[in-house]
Amino acid sequence: MIPAYASLSERIWFYAFRVGCGLILLFLVIPILVIIPLSFNSDSFLIYPMSGFSLRWYEEFFFSDTWTHALKNSLIVAPFATLLAMVFGTLASIGLTRVDFPGKALVTAILISPMVVPVVIVGVATYLVFAPIGLSGSYVGLILVHAALGVPFVVTTVSATLQGFDYNLVRAAASLGANPVTAFFRVTLPLVAPGVISGGLFAFGISFDEVVVTLFLASPEQTTLPRQMFSGIRENISPAIAAVATILTIFAVLMLLTLEWLRGRSERMRTSASNR
Amino acid sequence: MSAKAIGEAVSGAPSETATPLKTQLRRAERLKKLKYGALIAPLALFLLLTFLWPIGALLMRSIENPEVPEALPQTLRALAGWDRQALPGEDAYAALVADLTENKGSRTLAVAAKRMNMEEPGFRSLFMNTARKLPLEPGVDAREGLLEIDSQWGELGTWQLIARNGRAYTDYFLLAAVDLYRDGAGNIVQADPSASIFVDIFVRTFWMSLIVTVWCVVLGYPVAYLLATQSSRVSNLLMIFVLLPFWTSILVRVAAWIVLLQQGGLINMGLISLGIIDQPLQLVFNRIGVYIAMVHILLPFMILPLYSVMKGISPTYLRAAVSLGCPPFKSYWKVYFPMTIPGLAAGGLLVFIISMGYYITPALLGSPKEQMASYFVAFYTNETTNWGMAAALSAVLLLATLILYFVYNRLVGSATSGARPR
Repeated sequence: MIPAYASLSERIWFYAFRVGCGLILLFLVIPILVIIPLSFNSDSFLIYPMSGFSLRWYEEFFFSDTWTHALKNSLIVAPFATLLAMVFGTLASIGLTRVDFPGKALVTAILISPMVVPVVIVGVATYLVFAPIGLSGSYVGLILVHAALGVPFVVTTVSATLQGFDYNLVRAAASLGANPVTAFFRVTLPLVAPGVISGGLFAFGISFDEVVVTLFLASPEQTTLPRQMFSGIRENISPAIAAVATILTIFAVLMLLTLEWLRGRSERMRTSASNR
Repeated sequence: MSAKAIGEAVSGAPSETATPLKTQLRRAERLKKLKYGALIAPLALFLLLTFLWPIGALLMRSIENPEVPEALPQTLRALAGWDRQALPGEDAYAALVADLTENKGSRTLAVAAKRMNMEEPGFRSLFMNTARKLPLEPGVDAREGLLEIDSQWGELGTWQLIARNGRAYTDYFLLAAVDLYRDGAGNIVQADPSASIFVDIFVRTFWMSLIVTVWCVVLGYPVAYLLATQSSRVSNLLMIFVLLPFWTSILVRVAAWIVLLQQGGLINMGLISLGIIDQPLQLVFNRIGVYIAMVHILLPFMILPLYSVMKGISPTYLRAAVSLGCPPFKSYWKVYFPMTIPGLAAGGLLVFIISMGYYITPALLGSPKEQMASYFVAFYTNETTNWGMAAALSAVLLLATLILYFVYNRLVGSATSGARPR
């Protein structure tokens, strides 16, 4: 809060700073909120003022083959890609936090590199290599590459969670006769679960929003929701796009709430553990 | 470690039993290393197959040059000892006639002609027309026959081009990606300014990324500071404003900006009704639109690392400086700001690296003048199927990205390297 003895210029600065920050925060959310009402527009223009209320664009989304097909594809590709990224990423994170070896920094950098390599390069490269072996235009190819793109997020979040993990617990489990697999599933995994799940959510978000690799690798058969939106925006942008955007925004809110809940839960667990 | 070994260690065993303990320990350590190393292996293998191998194969395409050697093996053999200063001898002409006659109408020849056409427009028709008119009448001299079909066969440049592409590897594409080429004698020279496009494209990619990064710093720094200095209840609430766009699909945000910025969009309507402008401004499908959307999409990547660094800075430093008589702005600049530089550098580099690879946003919101390097990689793949050029542009873009990523890693320390095994 502003202290009572603050000078006039300090007061002006204090309020100007807050107003400025408020405007920047509005800049971040307003575009997302502005598009939502337009999805209920009764005519086919994405322009205010709206001419009337209608659910016809949601009807178009839920009853047209193009959109339902794209939604179905996204719901096939993203979960499988997430599962692969979670399994590989979690195992590797445990390995990385437990041992030191020469070149570990390099290995880590390589495992995280799918996050920084321009995604067009990934798309072109995988198309080049996957097409001759029949993996382009297939669900398997798309899932594999989406998983590779999601892996860095799982590795970083799970590694961060493991920093606070007490390996004496695993030793205790082993000394009580648990084999490593049992110890992993009964001791390690439940404790790092928040990290694994948030990593998984990130990976899901990456795949669910991925369009560039899909442009190169998928045939029309595998068109995903973002891919369909891409052609929609490019060809004719109608309120149907706004309806899809609204649905995706609701989806984003749900993901965000889940993540916040997980974060709060692990924080509470940590504080209650240290209080004991 | 066995109970016996522990017993010996505790009782201060004599030196001859200490050695086995040491070896045992080392063996256990090695076993542990192997065991945990094995956990990394599946991911390493997975990325090798789905990520590293494709990228490696793509990069190889930038230097592979198999087309001409496959189509003209005899000619190249005849040209093996040629000095490239004067026209080659009779045997080279005869070998070329033999090669062209043999491969007449084949895909191999078409591909080689296309490949040479990339370097010299007109070569495709030269090769295809010549092959169509072969074989020569019996008894006609190879050189005269070829010259009669097309006088270009009597030019030194034609033969230099064939000889230059005689090996299975070439630096042509990589040089072309930075607007260089080899002249007839094989020296690297600058391309004609009218034909130079790629350096401009990379400069544009850099410049646009830089502008976006600067805006993200300018807008992100105050917000991160506000978030870091509020009570956790308020900052959690304000954080939603940052995280909601972060989690919203990029395509949703692009669509939203089209709606806002178009001619009849809210921003133009607002400005007109306020009387600031009479005619709607062109805000989208040009550079302004691309900048606005890119800053909007990348701002969270700036705010989040800055926030986590600022969160770790105790407010007492600033208070101490003020209580020692330093004016608020100066103490802020001298004390607080230097401590935030790691976060600033990390966020700035992250934003810069991500924007360098941008494709979707410029493609949907920009005119041809806003397309960045990624667009041309896609262009050469989709439109002209020129893998060599797509690969060479990828190589340059990837190199720039990896250098920055290396600096970023040095600065931030990768996510796990800070963790020592316990």
